Amino acid sequence: MKPLRHLNSWIKAAQAVALAVVVCFSMGATDASSRYTDLNHRLMCTCGCAQVLGECNHVGCPNSAGELDELRAGIAAGTSDKEILASFVAKYGATVLAAPTTQGFDLVAWIAPFAVFAAALLGTILLVRRWSVGKTDAVKLPSDPATDALREQIRRETGADGGY
Amino acid sequence: MAAFGSLSLLIALALAAYNLLAGTLALRMLATAGTSASGRPRGFSLGGISPERLADTARRAGIAGFFAVTAAAFALIWSVFTNDFSIAYIMEHSNRALPGAYKFSALWSGQEGSLLLWAWLLATYGFVLRLTHKTDVTLYAYAGAILAAIQVFFLSVLNFAAPPFALLQGEIPADGNGLNPLLQYPEMVIHPPMLYLGYVGFSVPFCFALGALMMRYPGEKWIRITRVWTMVTWMFLTTGIFLGMHWAYAVLGWGGYWGWDPVENASFMPWLTGTAFLHSVMMQEKKGMMKSWNVWLIFSTFLLTMLGTLLTRAGLVSSVHAFAQSSIGTWFVTFMIIVLAVCIFTYVLQRSHLKSEHRLESLVSRESSFLFNNLVLLVACFVILWGTLFPILSEYVVGNKVTVGAPWYNRVAVPIGLFLLFLTGVGPLLPWRATSMKSIKRNFILPVIVLWVTVFVCLAVGVRPWKDGAFDTGNFYALVAFALSTAVFSAVASEFIRGAAVISKQTGRNLISSVYLLTRRNTRRYGGYVIHIGVVVIVIGLAGAAFNRNQEREMALHDRMAIGPYTLECVGFTQDSNLNFNSEYAMLDVYKGGKKVFQMTPEKRIYLASEQPQTMVAIHSVPGWDLYVVYEGTNPQTGQPIIKAFLNPLVSWIWAGVVLIVFGTVVALVPSLSPATAALRVPARTAPVEPAFKGGLQ
Repeated sequence: MKPLRHLNSWIKAAQAVALAVVVCFSMGATDASSRYTDLNHRLMCTCGCAQVLGECNHVGCPNSAGELDELRAGIAAGTSDKEILASFVAKYGATVLAAPTTQGFDLVAWIAPFAVFAAALLGTILLVRRWSVGKTDAVKLPSDPATDALREQIRRETGADGGY
Repeated sequence: MAAFGSLSLLIALALAAYNLLAGTLALRMLATAGTSASGRPRGFSLGGISPERLADTARRAGIAGFFAVTAAAFALIWSVFTNDFSIAYIMEHSNRALPGAYKFSALWSGQEGSLLLWAWLLATYGFVLRLTHKTDVTLYAYAGAILAAIQVFFLSVLNFAAPPFALLQGEIPADGNGLNPLLQYPEMVIHPPMLYLGYVGFSVPFCFALGALMMRYPGEKWIRITRVWTMVTWMFLTTGIFLGMHWAYAVLGWGGYWGWDPVENASFMPWLTGTAFLHSVMMQEKKGMMKSWNVWLIFSTFLLTMLGTLLTRAGLVSSVHAFAQSSIGTWFVTFMIIVLAVCIFTYVLQRSHLKSEHRLESLVSRESSFLFNNLVLLVACFVILWGTLFPILSEYVVGNKVTVGAPWYNRVAVPIGLFLLFLTGVGPLLPWRATSMKSIKRNFILPVIVLWVTVFVCLAVGVRPWKDGAFDTGNFYALVAFALSTAVFSAVASEFIRGAAVISKQTGRNLISSVYLLTRRNTRRYGGYVIHIGVVVIVIGLAGAAFNRNQEREMALHDRMAIGPYTLECVGFTQDSNLNFNSEYAMLDVYKGGKKVFQMTPEKRIYLASEQPQTMVAIHSVPGWDLYVVYEGTNPQTGQPIIKAFLNPLVSWIWAGVVLIVFGTVVALVPSLSPATAALRVPARTAPVEPAFKGGLQ
């Protein structure tokens, strides 16, 4: 029973940590200054400089100051983040958003990297298992004594730990 | 000079074509002729010329091609320096008042010139390759012929699609349009050549890999031959990327150094696959494993260098770094399809030659750590490729172009990068074959302790994953990065100390001397560790970005602005001019603790030829932070100058990390002490043996 009790306490601790992380991640910036900084980093400058609106300061930019003013006005008017972003998209097009949304085809942009990572991780684990000793035999290459001797010498010279 | 340049390019194309055709024919004759009992090819000749002789003429044509391309490059440089505005390229990218150093930059400031630089570097690499052919005549002949095929492509583009010596139609102007102001910065004289040396250099291991596969080359000798090429190329690419970062930091004036711009991404992708290759080749050398993987890694790296050029040159994606765009995309797409088809065809035909000779013995071992390291590097490469191409994909699929900017990369790529950092620490601590629990405890206890101590110290000094009651992703990543960095550093440092302690005990040397001898005994391994330390230092520098601060305000005379420990006081504004540009300076006295410590002079220039403005950022760098000041110009309403100041923590660590990486690469390139030499320095060593690799082995 003792190991089981330990297991339960570990599970509870893990639940507490997970809850704390979820709470942390779910907490959003609320004051106007934080909202302004957050939103101007979710928008692009539309002058073609390919910079995030909040970081565009190239000399003589014809657009960034006006867009930042619009953003300040939206926040001051009490408009929600979603509505502010929607108004920018309506005015400047979808490319004004610095990252794809999480709706429709845009969602693929977010999912694909993690899906590929998971698939690659799974593939690597399966590969390691398949390659492991006892599962399959190593391939015996056709060889001649001279090539074998050369190969072994090369490997010796690579260093005792394979050079790493 | 335009006619001389054009003729040189035509001759270079003819020589490359001869090299390709004659080389291929000679190799085909050798392959089909068989060998005599003595091991030498049987007498098979074409019109009285033996295949060996034909192959040698091909090689000599390749060497001559280098001189032809050099002559073309010289003609363009000469035309820039003599202000020959009858050449359209010179008119568009230079002017009379352009300083001499930047006249060199004109070579790569436009489409045609940068392709010429590419062709010249490729010819230079080919020149060295062909001169050193005695290392292995047959393999070098294969590699030389494949390299000639790449040269034929670039020289065809230069001769028919993007000629650098095209003459200007109509009246010749008295002066040129001048160089893009963004390129008129000292680093721009060395950054593009460095990057190109990296890009182009990967052609060489690609040629050897493909050639070795074509001829079913026995063993891993081709990897040993290309190791120096690959490492030098990787070092150039690394240096080029970071010089580009420094240029962006010092010139673009936005306070950052990496914006996930498509051009930046294009250079980073082959770096990732090249890094994966450098790691996984060790599996092949040591264990005869991952042969197919390695071949495809180097194929991919080469194709990614082409893709990067295609992305930025063909205008598929927009970039602040793309200074030259045209419609040569079709040429590159066609070339990439041909290269991919050749790679697939050769692989399918010869894949039986690439079977693994050994098996893994444990999931937790050095071998599997290499696999996971490769997995993460390739996933990172995919993520960046995905982010770069997604706007095109979205437009194609749903007709709606979107932006994939820094916020997306920060959320997706940063966690992968941190996982890679974790593996950087774990990998070297795992022994080959299998790991025991005892070994894990012994090797990991120190890094784990260091990791948690760092976490608590960071929390204590204010590096917390929350700000104003809200979770802060940037701070969280910074905390993880600092903790992992110190853990990895302790892991790598303990490897040095453990090895040095054994030598010290054996020889009575002091610890520093023992570390030196340890490194000399296995330069590749310990050079690699130095590179890992460099990566750690860079990560610490990158993590500092989470704590960047900035202030912007109009500053009249004697106005003050405080940022971090500094107070900036405006003490004057002045103007200057020369033949190339007019400039305005702000003079700012900087106070720390109430005492004036230095003066900064951020500048704004207007270039006369192009009439384009450009900022010249003032940067004061110390190990803890950079004070970065931009003169943004004057407010048109008030007429007051606008100053923006940034306090960017730990930026100098990034540049220091790069120096360490370059140093580590150089160390890894130095041959280890041979057993014979080591025996002289350390008693009780094994008897000397003849090294397997030296020139003209076969």
